[in-house]
Amino acid sequence: MTAAVDREQTQATPSTAEVVAEDRPWQTVVWNDPVNLMSYVTYVFQKLFGYSRDRATKLMLDVHHEGKAIVSSGSKDKMEADVAKLHAAGLWATMEHTS
Amino acid sequence: MKPWKRKGDLVHADIDRQEAAVLRGLVSQIDDMLRARVEETPQDELAELTGIRTGPSTSPDDPILSRLLPDFHRLDDDNPSKADLDSAAVLRSLHEPALLDLKTGVAAVVLETCPVYGGGIRLSLEQADAWLAALNDVRLALGTAIEVTEDMPDELPDDDPRSPHLSVYHWLTWVQESLVQALSTP
Repeated sequence: MTAAVDREQTQATPSTAEVVAEDRPWQTVVWNDPVNLMSYVTYVFQKLFGYSRDRATKLMLDVHHEGKAIVSSGSKDKMEADVAKLHAAGLWATMEHTS
Repeated sequence: MKPWKRKGDLVHADIDRQEAAVLRGLVSQIDDMLRARVEETPQDELAELTGIRTGPSTSPDDPILSRLLPDFHRLDDDNPSKADLDSAAVLRSLHEPALLDLKTGVAAVVLETCPVYGGGIRLSLEQADAWLAALNDVRLALGTAIEVTEDMPDELPDDDPRSPHLSVYHWLTWVQESLVQALSTP
């Protein structure tokens, strides 16, 4: 990911570890890529998933620093829909079965 | 072009003639590539009968189209499993027609609202989201073509053939960033 304007992240964001329950057998992963803007990725997470700005920013930073982030989990159908929406927004998303 | 401004449910900016020509040209090119992908998709009788459209089951050979239309599973690992390969083929076939519709749809919004000879652009919030997606598609395409990296310099050496394209890429980045900022601050 890239930033058009580098801005320091000063806000402390609560840890949002993804809890994978048995009824959430699939997860959607967003991967880092060199084109997508940090601000745009945050905007997309808020818009598509209704996440708070803090949560969306935390996920975006995970993608940026860790190379990927799990952005949602649930049924196969739900994850298909999530990946399709992320593809429409131009993000590099895939789905995988939780192991 | 100056930064986008938001006023209530309206987003606006002015674009000059040359910028409009560059942007419209790039969006049209992506649109053509996406439409060519639609046309090369085989039509079968079953699809016509049921109205359920199916797309191709394999990723486009072209790296730009391949980036715009990603697989549903990670397949670039050393040894993707057969289950993932099969599932990715099914999911692509199922979802690609709708994705192509969405991408040609956002391209159409830009071509309808960006004045051919430059001038004022006035967008609803919905149209502004379409612009964001279309700008992103153009940046993905251009970024793939010139092999952008995260630590890409602002300028490349003059003798690098990618140099003029990188300037356009950076300008598009600025236009998109400015639009995100305008939309994020009501």
